[in-house]
Order: sequence, then structure tokens, then C-alpha cells
Amino acid sequence: MSNIDKHEITLNINGNSTSLTVEGRTLLHDTLRRAGMVSVHAGCEHGVCGACTVRINGQSARSCITLAVQVDGDEITTVESLAKGEELNIIQEAFWRRHGLQCGFCTPGMLMRVTEFLEENPDPTRDEAREAIASNLCRCTGYQHIIDSVIEAAARLRGEEWSDDAGIPARELGDATEVSN
Amino acid sequence: MKPPRFEYLRPDSVGAAVALLNEHGEGARILAGGQSLIPMMNFRIAQPSHLIDITRVPGLDAITDEGNAITIGAAVRQSTVEYSPVVKDRCPLLVEALKWVAHEPIRHRGTVCGSLAHADPHSELAATSLALNATFTVVGASGERQVPAVDFFIGPFTTVIESGEMLSSVSFPVVPAGSGYAIDEFSRTHGNFAIAGGVSVIQLGADGKVASATLSMFGMASRAFRAFAAEERLIGSMPTAEAIAEAADLALVDVDCSADMHGSEEYRAHLGRVYAGRVLTSAVARAQGGSK
Repeated sequence: MSNIDKHEITLNINGNSTSLTVEGRTLLHDTLRRAGMVSVHAGCEHGVCGACTVRINGQSARSCITLAVQVDGDEITTVESLAKGEELNIIQEAFWRRHGLQCGFCTPGMLMRVTEFLEENPDPTRDEAREAIASNLCRCTGYQHIIDSVIEAAARLRGEEWSDDAGIPARELGDATEVSN
Repeated sequence: MKPPRFEYLRPDSVGAAVALLNEHGEGARILAGGQSLIPMMNFRIAQPSHLIDITRVPGLDAITDEGNAITIGAAVRQSTVEYSPVVKDRCPLLVEALKWVAHEPIRHRGTVCGSLAHADPHSELAATSLALNATFTVVGASGERQVPAVDFFIGPFTTVIESGEMLSSVSFPVVPAGSGYAIDEFSRTHGNFAIAGGVSVIQLGADGKVASATLSMFGMASRAFRAFAAEERLIGSMPTAEAIAEAADLALVDVDCSADMHGSEEYRAHLGRVYAGRVLTSAVARAQGGSK
């Protein structure tokens, strides 16, 4: 077996062109973490849990079952691109406000998946939101609060009237979810 | 949970890929989306010596409308097919089948041909290729050969692709006007592996009788398979509820259902007959409704 299976690749990581040397077998999530993108979480490492979800050329994908060398030249987006300094973006803030996370391990993958989903479907139903995040496992929240977060983020991204105190209107939340804040 | 060492190769033509396969022998594997192969390598179930990445081979990323068939190249991603207007128009069953395949982030990377070559017994795409009588183009050092779907899958994760050969494309016949089709499956949650599922395409004659019928099942046994006995029961008959029920009962004749932590052999056999009945009923209803 050759031990010189090294490849020079270039990844555009969150807008920054980055030249890297990787082995053929190096998984994308390891490459990204070594490049400082430690939001990319290695969970199951076989494509089931979604914690490592990043966007490759805009499309959500599992970085644990993608080789870095396969995406040579591609644009990779991680959670590091979302906030402006200390200021959370609307989706992150909605997760924070609606308790869309507890331990937070699944959150980076959820955020990347939800960001893509809300670009494609700015006015989702709860069922559509549930289906959209079915690719990502969360062992803490039971998902209800993540769905709440997605619906609130969608409403705010649509520019709908929204109150810091009252949260979003009850009709947006549906189900039996408590809307008190 | 990291893949073992291998040598990564990226040829720029099908001919070069086949040459590499033949040069490196049994240890060489084709890499497309890698959504099944890389997990297997992370588990070290698969330990290839060489991976031959075909996703940048010019032409392999094409979806071609051949008139009576849609041909999908080996590098075409599942989500590309799922959202292809020509596929939706000409072969909508394939779009419906893809909605059941894993989750969207997986379909963004995974390829249709890769899934077919992987030949998972739970594969919706394998069963769909059987129900539509798809044709597989397999390329080797001595040229290419066309393999009908019914001959392609021979066992769990096993196809007729020989060492030194690769799948370069698959052609799905368009769903004829006036026929009905359906796919349905049971799994613990949508996107998980099917515990049982079926695909059917039904064409009715002017007299209302079944002119042609295919039924294929997946998730049930060592591979996706055609339920010929069920098809024969329906062909030439009026598709009454009784006829469909009798056909569904024949769906698993001579099939050894698998058993695992998700269900016993008996449970799968029961589910299989239920889902055979459901897809036959839906396909007939669509054919009668004149849906394409």
C-alpha cells in the first residue's frame, strides 16, 4: 500500500480560499476541524446522526461520509459563517429563544440544514419543518423546541411582526406547544 | 471510524476508469457519491486498496431523454434526478421513489447508479428499476453490455458487475401514458431503511382489464425482486379488489423473507403482502384515473 497518497486541494471555506494537503482517506469533517471550523461535530461518523452537516456548494451534506479530496475546489459553509461576531443571526437567535437546543451537540448540523431549508421553503408548516430535520438526530429536545425554533425563524425571516416579549403568534406554533415566553 | 488507507484516483474518462479497475484488480472500487461506500469504509467492512472517483468524468453527469427512456449517467446525484423537470415529466415514478431514499443531505451527494450498483436489499431504486424494466449499461475492458434489471441483482450487495467492470448508466423506460404506478414502504421513520415495501406499474386495456403489470418488492429478502406470480394473477383480469387481494397473497411465493431486529420473517411476510396490496391498488386507481 502506498503511503504517499497525499493530495493538494483547495477548499473555499466560508468564503476563504484555503489550500490544504490531505490524505485520500481524510474525511471532510476532520479537515474542517483542523482548519479551525470546530462547529463541525463528529457524531456517529457513519452518516446517520447529521451532527457533521455542512453545506457543499450550498447543498447540505454529511461531512463524515465525504472525503475532503472529493470536494476539491468546492465551497464549504459551516456555522462559523452565520453569526456576525457576537451577534447571532435570526435562525441562531430563534434556536436560543425557543430552547431549540440543550446540550448543543446536534445544533451546528441542525442550523446548516435549517438554513438551507428556509431558503427553499420560507413559509413551512410544522410537518414540513419536521420532515426537513428528520435527517438530523437530537437526543435532548424531543424536537418540539427545534420545530418551534424553525417556525419562529421562518416568521422573522419573512419580516412578520414579532414581539420580543410575546414570542411569535400562537397560530404559528400550532400543535399543543406552549407559547408563553 | 476512519477509513483505512487507500489510493485515491480521479480518471477523466470511462475508459481510463475501467483501465484503472483492471490495473488494480479486486481491491479497486468505483467511488461516486460515496454515501454507502464511505460509511462501510468507516466501519472497515470495506477496505479497498484504490478508490476511483468517477464524479468528474465528463458526460457521466448527464440525464438524457431518449424518447422512450430516460438515461441517467453514473455521476448524476439523486437530488439532481429528484428535481429534474424532464424526469418528473417522463418518469415521475422515479421522483416518487427518490423521496423515500434516505434524507435530502444524503441525496445531495449520493448517485442513482451508485445506489443501484451497491444493491442493498432495501433499495427503493433497485425495486423501481425492476418494476420499470430498466436497462443497465456495464462497461469493461472488452466493451459494454446491456443488462436488464431482472438479471442485474443477484444477491445482497451483489450484482452481475464483474471485477474490472463499472456501471456507466441506467435507462429507465418512461411511464407509458395511461398507466398507473405506485411505490410505498414501511419503515420506523421516513428516511430509514424499509422493513417492507413495493413498487408497481399497471397498464389497463381499453376493456378495463390489466394489459401489463409489474410488481417488485424491497426490504423483504436478500435482494429486491419481481413478484412474477402476483403479476401473472392480474394480467388479463379485471383489477377488482378480489383480484388484487389474490395477487398480493402471491407476492411472496418462493421468497425467503429476512429476519432482523426490525422484524421477524412472519412479520415481514405479513407487511410485504399488505404493501403489495397497497401499491397494486394505488397503481390500478391511477391507471383508471388516467394519470400518467
